[in-house]
Amino acid sequence: MLTSRTAKTAAALTALGVSALGLAACSDEPDDGKTHITVTIDAGLEQAAIDAFEARVAQFEDANPEIDVETQEYTWTAGTFTAQLAGGTLPDVFTIPFTDGRGLIERGQIADVSAYTDALPYRDAFNPNIAAAGEDADGNLWAVPIAAYGQGLHYNRTLFEAAGLDPDAPPTTWAEVQAAAKAISDATGEAGYSVMTNDNTGGWILTTVVNALGGRTEDGATATIDTPQMREALTQLQTMRWTDDSMGDTLQYDWATINQDFAAGRIGMYVSGGGNYGNLFTQNGLNPDDYGLTVLPLGTGPDAGVLGGGTLAAVSPNAEAEEQEAAVAWIDFYYMEKLTDQAAAVADAEVKAETGQPVGAPELPVFDQATYDEQQTWIAEYVNVPVEQMAPYTSQVFTQPLLTEPVTATQEVYATLDTVVQSILTDENADIDALLETAQTNAQAAMDAAA
Amino acid sequence: MTTTDTRPAGVTGDQAGPRSAARPGRPGSRLARARAGLHTLVFLAPMLVVFGVFSWLPIGRAIVMSFQRTNLVADPVFVGFANFQQVFADPLLWTAIQNTGYFALLALVFGYPIPLVAAILMSEVRKMRGLFSALAYLPVVVPPVVAVLLWRLFYDAGEDGVFNTILGWFGIAPVAWLQDADIVMPSLVLEATWAAAGGTVIIYLAALVGVDPSLYEAAEIDGAGVWRKLWHITLPQLRGVLLITFILQIIGTAQVFLEPFLFTDGGPANRTLTLLLLIYRYAFTNSLGGDYGAAAALSLMLALVLTAFSMLYFRLTRTWSS
Repeated sequence: MLTSRTAKTAAALTALGVSALGLAACSDEPDDGKTHITVTIDAGLEQAAIDAFEARVAQFEDANPEIDVETQEYTWTAGTFTAQLAGGTLPDVFTIPFTDGRGLIERGQIADVSAYTDALPYRDAFNPNIAAAGEDADGNLWAVPIAAYGQGLHYNRTLFEAAGLDPDAPPTTWAEVQAAAKAISDATGEAGYSVMTNDNTGGWILTTVVNALGGRTEDGATATIDTPQMREALTQLQTMRWTDDSMGDTLQYDWATINQDFAAGRIGMYVSGGGNYGNLFTQNGLNPDDYGLTVLPLGTGPDAGVLGGGTLAAVSPNAEAEEQEAAVAWIDFYYMEKLTDQAAAVADAEVKAETGQPVGAPELPVFDQATYDEQQTWIAEYVNVPVEQMAPYTSQVFTQPLLTEPVTATQEVYATLDTVVQSILTDENADIDALLETAQTNAQAAMDAAA
Repeated sequence: MTTTDTRPAGVTGDQAGPRSAARPGRPGSRLARARAGLHTLVFLAPMLVVFGVFSWLPIGRAIVMSFQRTNLVADPVFVGFANFQQVFADPLLWTAIQNTGYFALLALVFGYPIPLVAAILMSEVRKMRGLFSALAYLPVVVPPVVAVLLWRLFYDAGEDGVFNTILGWFGIAPVAWLQDADIVMPSLVLEATWAAAGGTVIIYLAALVGVDPSLYEAAEIDGAGVWRKLWHITLPQLRGVLLITFILQIIGTAQVFLEPFLFTDGGPANRTLTLLLLIYRYAFTNSLGGDYGAAAALSLMLALVLTAFSMLYFRLTRTWSS
């Protein structure tokens, strides 16, 4: 029998041991001779989509028995990504927007996998403008472009019909957008037109509209916020909000929440990436019959263009060499083969179609137009998205001038413009002159700091 | 029992330590004290380790980081006071200070008296006091994020929002609770008060139980009414607790983050940008890769200001609370 003192000592040591165990509970990967990598799966997927993803993982592991793949839910947002990056909790393979590629590469915050990407058979086939988003100054490909898009105008065909508008003839000018928004709002009580405002998306969409009107928000190292195009965009927004009253009751949106409200039928039109259909349908329950997509109306000037963007697949800076190699193999298998290999493209489309996921949502070519067109013919029989309803977009977007996002301090300048958009939408007496003066100062300061 | 145990028979371990420690100079007492100290240390060790690793180490790290430029991936570079200069040069700092001060003021005006009044009323209730206490405390056990999501429905700007529906019954037009620059901050304070008042009510109720009933009886005999009893007995008796809850409220509201982050993300147009939200933005919404140095610098400044304020407060109120 233990004496009370011995028992007390034992209890204390046990407590100490338990706490030490707790601290040491960060288990390492199993020592089974395999290379273990963690890859991303979209958060909030339906079970069928998860099953389809797991099936792809199983296929990859069968083809690469020396690699073990774990999945981790992941959705890129500015705030969570930065925290995960700093905390070292990103998966080995993750996706990032084109916007952040160059900056992360310059600061060495993603792994330099160019030794492995150089070996990809299609390395030199990328559209140079697209590949640049994932390259360092010397042209080494650190992150692989897996998708590209041009911004588009998403609209709700059902609300168009309810307002007496023709859903097959969506607006082709910003004046028509304004008129359609008022008609929808008057007829249905829903928001005729909405814009994102939060988490830097307000600046992103405002920049999109300014670009479409022919303006730019930077010229080299100089911020060019106060332009005629910016004033035109803000004045129209102010009119729609306060004169037409066509922007509904909810005036604060980020990317996720505007998708939710659009899919729920509460928004007539909004601007976002042309490839949004997948998120709207898979994660927000969009009724396909409601959906319409058209190109952004462009101004008449020679500089008017559609803001492009895209997604890069990158590898964690914490990944060891063999993990980096395995990660690039996964990127090649999961993201790229379906763009370059007929069998892979068909297999991917078949699985998605069987599990009710969208196949055929519009994108821009990552490689050349011919490769893209060929890939579309491979999967034609599996296409299950309402392509006719996207025809106003797909029939014109390839001919629109494609613009890249601002380069310097992109997110900070977007954040500055968030404030401008929010002021216009929530303050009836917002002074555009004063707002632009402040935004110009703040944007220039952010760009100077970044330089 | 081992041969070195000097305790008299029948004395358990719990009793032995203090007793032998209380008799210095007796044979074996030094050894017993050392044992007791060792036991204490061993029992404390898990907590010290946890506290050190998860609390003091990050605090120390943050102090160092406030003098560095780092993205936590590349090697940090010491930059002296550059981060502090950068924070002071940021026009949003003054916006954040004003907003935080406004939130604290509103919370003080509305949030501070409400739990006190509720506790006094509840202490007067003879039946179902437990039920009222539970109801008052219920919001505290609702997870804060869930509470905010719930209140977003209440604050829906449309005619079918909960609060706007109620206003509609009285013919009042819908209010843009979270989108009107003049109304958004009071809206946040209202939810924050609802969410936090229960805990303070329980503290006040516990303190009220400790008030000697004979004081009220004596006052009644002297002809004191409800208000005079409240003013001359209840409030003076609660003085110590009131002073503590006041400083806790100031410290808490100076660090408000959850409501502006989840309700408005600092909007509209930075009208609810608070100091902690600004720190968050420095750290996590910056395409420079996280300006952790500036975030740490502002955190350090806030901590120093609150520490100085607390010390001053306790010095000034030392005589009041005794």
